[in-house]
Amino acid sequence: MKDSVALRTRTPDTDVRKKGGAFLTEIRKHGLLYLLTLPGILLIFVFSYLPMGGIVIAFQNFNAIKGIAGSEFVGFKNFEFFIQSNEVLHVIFNTLFLNALFILFGTCASVAIAVMFSELGGKWFKRIVQSLVTLPNFLSWTVIAMFVTALLSSDTGMLNKWLISFGFEPISFFNEPAIWPIILVLIKIWQGAGFGAIVYLATITGINPDIYESASIDGASRWKKIRYITLPLLKPTVILMMLLAMGGIFYGDFGMIYAIVGRNVLLYPTTDVIDTYVFRALMELNDMGMAAAVGVFQSLVGFILVITVNQLARKFSPDSALF
Amino acid sequence: MIKESSSDRLLKVIIYIVLSLFAIYCVIPFVTVISSSLSSESSILRDGYSIVPREFTLAAYNLIFKDDTIYRAYGVTIFVTVVGTAIAMLVTCALAYPLSIRALKYKNGINFYVYFTMLFHGGLVANYLLISKYLGMRDSIWVLIIPALVSPWNMFLMRNFFKSVDESLAESAKIDGANDIYIFYKIVLPISLPALATVGLFYAMAFWNKWFEAMLYISDENKFPLQYLVMRIMNNADFANQLSAKISLPNYVVPTLSTRLATTVVTIGPIIFLYPFLQKYFVKGLMVGAVKG
Repeated sequence: MKDSVALRTRTPDTDVRKKGGAFLTEIRKHGLLYLLTLPGILLIFVFSYLPMGGIVIAFQNFNAIKGIAGSEFVGFKNFEFFIQSNEVLHVIFNTLFLNALFILFGTCASVAIAVMFSELGGKWFKRIVQSLVTLPNFLSWTVIAMFVTALLSSDTGMLNKWLISFGFEPISFFNEPAIWPIILVLIKIWQGAGFGAIVYLATITGINPDIYESASIDGASRWKKIRYITLPLLKPTVILMMLLAMGGIFYGDFGMIYAIVGRNVLLYPTTDVIDTYVFRALMELNDMGMAAAVGVFQSLVGFILVITVNQLARKFSPDSALF
Repeated sequence: MIKESSSDRLLKVIIYIVLSLFAIYCVIPFVTVISSSLSSESSILRDGYSIVPREFTLAAYNLIFKDDTIYRAYGVTIFVTVVGTAIAMLVTCALAYPLSIRALKYKNGINFYVYFTMLFHGGLVANYLLISKYLGMRDSIWVLIIPALVSPWNMFLMRNFFKSVDESLAESAKIDGANDIYIFYKIVLPISLPALATVGLFYAMAFWNKWFEAMLYISDENKFPLQYLVMRIMNNADFANQLSAKISLPNYVVPTLSTRLATTVVTIGPIIFLYPFLQKYFVKGLMVGAVKG
């Protein structure tokens, strides 16, 4: 807030006159601070900004020996297969569909957990449960993939053993693409819902206790207080978190899907996302141009989405916009 | 105190039940994997994985600890985690602290410079080429560390903490003639301990769990980190066979399945032991960061 006041009070003509000197004065005044930022700025430049220049590969007939500087330009040729094959459209659909499911069910689960936690008074139960439900967030997807095999594999998996012992037919999960969106959502909730609840719990903790107290005095039941106080006050946070997640909806969860589904071609119809597709184009087909073209498309659409979403967030609540 | 009505009590009971069920849902995979890694191979082949160990045996653990593959992978992962987290914290705090200072003129520009990398990416192909071809980091253990030293998300979390530090503390030190680095090191850092623990934990977890970079860039088996070893073992049944090649006993069943699980358990072990100590920090830390965000 103070910055904007300062900006407004500064008159334009002093700004112009001092421009060259202002930079030096600022460096003299805060030189050490700028020095501190240098390593981070350099690292970000090398590992985030330099690759952005690599986008030209998407418009080249890339040759690894000639390098970026030597490869010939082919214009939009690498993008032609977008029209030719519907594989890409399919992968885009999967990415959007799976992410939409993750956002929707993940948010619902996190909010539910947070609300339930906030209703509990007992300390040890709360602490134990909270530890247990946030723990999966800290596992790598390779480890989770191993868990999934232990539970779902068709011959030795625990779930199938249970099904058999209750007299049901076993399901060969790894041959059934149709059920994988559900399985992936369940895994996602298992992995992230407890951790995601922390943000909502923080918001609930910040609600003024007087509101609940006066509601209690008016005879409101526990459920009514959740329904008419907690949930409405959570709404801004929920919408903000959903908007933020929607900014990334064009990016598939590569770690999750590659580790769990891997190279199981049978499951590709419902689980193959843009990121796994690009990875295969790069590593298995060695088609740099195509992989880069899909990547550029993803970055661009993703970027537009984030900007749009941020605009929405700003409209919705000016404080929560990111920039 | 208002007396609880019966419907309130019912709701409370339902909450206890639902939360307990969800906690059980979260824990069952852990229990299954741990128990099955302690079961004999023949019982797994016959009855499948289970929640309680059947025919208890440490055979799988004996096997994986006999070979030095797991020790090497542990060494790699511990090195990457310790060195990576230490450097990442230094670089991240050094970037976050100046950005938290209101008087810094160009902080908005730098903020945007960092933030833009969260919006727009060069993509996998460009990163792959940069690291493997132009920087020549293939098969170097540093490829797991250097590209991951600044996470914009962690940086902004850290900055938000620093922002919540009372600026008058720094100002009065400045009047006494202290320079910025001294103030940062002696005044700001000590009171930001919960924040440091939180962000440090996030970095440590990210480094501990690295496997994708190993898959892309590392082909030397001596430099595989733990998580990638798990990945390899899952997709490749030969691991247990190789390990047990030297064993020649009658009726010896190679513990292929339980070896996989034992390796997984060994991989997550340290997290489970450290976790309860760190949990209270990051819950508190994240809450402050989120509210201030």
